Amino acid sequence: MISDLKKQKVIKVALVGNPNSGKSTIFNALTHGHAHVGNWPGVTVEKKEGKLRYKDYEFIVVDLPGTYSLTPYSIDERIARNYILKEKPDVVVCIADSTNLERNLYLLISLLETGANVVLDLNMADLLKEKGIEIDKDILEKTLGIPVVFTVGTKEEGIPELKEAIIEAKERGFSQFKIDYGKDIEEVLSRLEAKISLTNLPYTPRFLAIKLLEEDMEIIEELRKMGYGSLVEEILHEVVDLEKKLGYDLKTKIIERRYSFLKELVKACTKQIASKEEKLTLSDKIDRIVLNRFLGIPIFALIMWITFQLTFTVGGFFAGYIETFFEWLQSLSSTYLQSIGAPTWLSSLLSDGVINGVGSVLVFLPNIMVMFLFLSFLEDVGYMARAAFVMDKIMYAIGLPGRSFIPMILGFGCNVPAIMSTRTIPSERDRLLTILINPFMSCTARLPVYIMFTSIFFKSNQGLVVFSLYLLGILVAVFSAKLFKSTIPSLKGPVSPLVMELPPYRLPTLKGVLIHMWERSSQFLKKAGTIIFAGVVVLWFLASFPFGAEYGSASTLAGKIGKFIAPIFKPAGFPYWQVGVALLFGIIAKEVVVGTFGTLFGGEENFDKVLPQYFTPLSAYAFMVMSLLYIPCIASIGVIYKETGSFKWTAFATIYSLLIGWLLSVLVFQIGRIFI
Amino acid sequence: MMPLSLCRNGDEVEVVEILGGRGIRERLFEMGIYPGVKVFIVNNSYHGPIVIALNSARVALGRGIAEKIFVKPLN
Repeated sequence: MISDLKKQKVIKVALVGNPNSGKSTIFNALTHGHAHVGNWPGVTVEKKEGKLRYKDYEFIVVDLPGTYSLTPYSIDERIARNYILKEKPDVVVCIADSTNLERNLYLLISLLETGANVVLDLNMADLLKEKGIEIDKDILEKTLGIPVVFTVGTKEEGIPELKEAIIEAKERGFSQFKIDYGKDIEEVLSRLEAKISLTNLPYTPRFLAIKLLEEDMEIIEELRKMGYGSLVEEILHEVVDLEKKLGYDLKTKIIERRYSFLKELVKACTKQIASKEEKLTLSDKIDRIVLNRFLGIPIFALIMWITFQLTFTVGGFFAGYIETFFEWLQSLSSTYLQSIGAPTWLSSLLSDGVINGVGSVLVFLPNIMVMFLFLSFLEDVGYMARAAFVMDKIMYAIGLPGRSFIPMILGFGCNVPAIMSTRTIPSERDRLLTILINPFMSCTARLPVYIMFTSIFFKSNQGLVVFSLYLLGILVAVFSAKLFKSTIPSLKGPVSPLVMELPPYRLPTLKGVLIHMWERSSQFLKKAGTIIFAGVVVLWFLASFPFGAEYGSASTLAGKIGKFIAPIFKPAGFPYWQVGVALLFGIIAKEVVVGTFGTLFGGEENFDKVLPQYFTPLSAYAFMVMSLLYIPCIASIGVIYKETGSFKWTAFATIYSLLIGWLLSVLVFQIGRIFI
Repeated sequence: MMPLSLCRNGDEVEVVEILGGRGIRERLFEMGIYPGVKVFIVNNSYHGPIVIALNSARVALGRGIAEKIFVKPLN
């Protein structure tokens, strides 16, 4: 823009750090919660980006997933690495846990080797005093040749200094710092660098040389694709020869050299001023109980039970109000449109279609938000990692790692974010299996279906019946995991072992938890909202066409489709066209089943009179089993496709769930008939 | 030399050697578990995973892995 008198200088900043280094607190402190949460291209890992103005600069800050190194083991870590190598941000801020310097600096030197402009942010500096440690940042600055700042992300301390350091790093350019890998390795490196510098590759020669010595598969593949296959082969041969000569594994040696350098550096820049810290921290003492062999699982069950109780009571309380509001809006809009003489189809589209549709999405928002509030709180406190720990042994018996348990729990809230959360599972095979069984975890959207039926057919033991459905979902998930693992060749193999950091227990700030919850809920809203909305309009059309027929009656398109599929459900005890239509539309979103019943059986207020004419308690239960298991909703199918990147697996998950749903509801009905 | 999985709560040990495939070894190295590092056993119930301390960090390791990490006691 010509009118811009002061041209903003833009600095692209990437935040990287180990998991649990307080990276997100720094991100929030820099961007003040004004972050845009999108997705990384091609994957559904969320990309958090925020802007801020400082002096005459504009910073564009990107929060990268936590990682220990630039060797990627999971999708998350691959994203962090690729962003730094490919997008080449102007400045990379490496956020380190001050109280665990050595390990956090490992990532920092990996970053320096890429030739990035790095700032070292020693975060959680307030804990240094507690532990009686002093860090001399001047020594770090001198040795590494980069700006170093102390911050306390949770209290927003040191943020102005961090902003200054970012500008300084941008202007200073990259550091000349190099690790000395010892005579033998350095000789090879300089030979390789000479070879590589003849090509024009988008990396620094030294970085490439080190990566080739480490036999980094991703870089090797990339170079092959770029047509440097012969050079790569030549270098790899050299590596093998050298390893024979030296008698040790080069990659191991390189990592060891880095650590021995870091040991020296950490020794030089830290002083233990107070007496040694307590060996066992408060977190450890809590863990003695929480991770206890006998208490671990009961404690976990109790926490989950409380979460569910509150989700349904608190969420349900608000849901009632939202429902009432939308009913009022519906009647208001149809009255108004009639008064101005709008065509019937338009008023029907608006009230039966749009308002009804938006309402059916928003009615679940309180439930989902409360659920996410709890789950975000548990995650921010540090309990989620413990849940994975406690469940590791049980999950192992199913053929899954403990980590897979967290997505299963999240599935009780909504399968969409749950399936997204599988991306932290390092093994691709375990991840796929976790995704495939996730839709059997009964999400909040299925609850209204259970409530609709249990309140009529199982008045005296409503809670028990609903609980039995949740349990059935878990059992089907476990059974399916075992079945897939033993029959599908690509899913066979050992379970990846547990290697996981347990963050210290922290009392998160309310603001932090709320931001976390909102990020998740808004993702759900965007995903589910758009799809459900589109689905509702299609549903409205099918239920209204041909125009003039009564809305949702047997003569409409929807009725015809329902008639066509109804016979399939005869063995399950509900061969009615209305049920066929409801299940069909339930694919849009499970809660639509209730709305469709309302439309086709003459209003939800008449259910207690109408439904017993069609269902017995037994066939009602069979129908609930069907609703629980058959075909995931469109949003879930979409996210399964995105996360697996495979049409085949998506189709498999869809067809398998339909078959197992039908089979079990038929079994329930047929076996039940013998006894009743 | 003994496997990490047999250490008792409160033991201080030094990692000597890590057996196992390349992938898992490197993963452990990069997390800060490498030959020469000192670790402290926080929680080992001889059942399920074990928790060790690396300075202020706590890392949970599955039993299978803990059996492949060989350590020597520091007393």
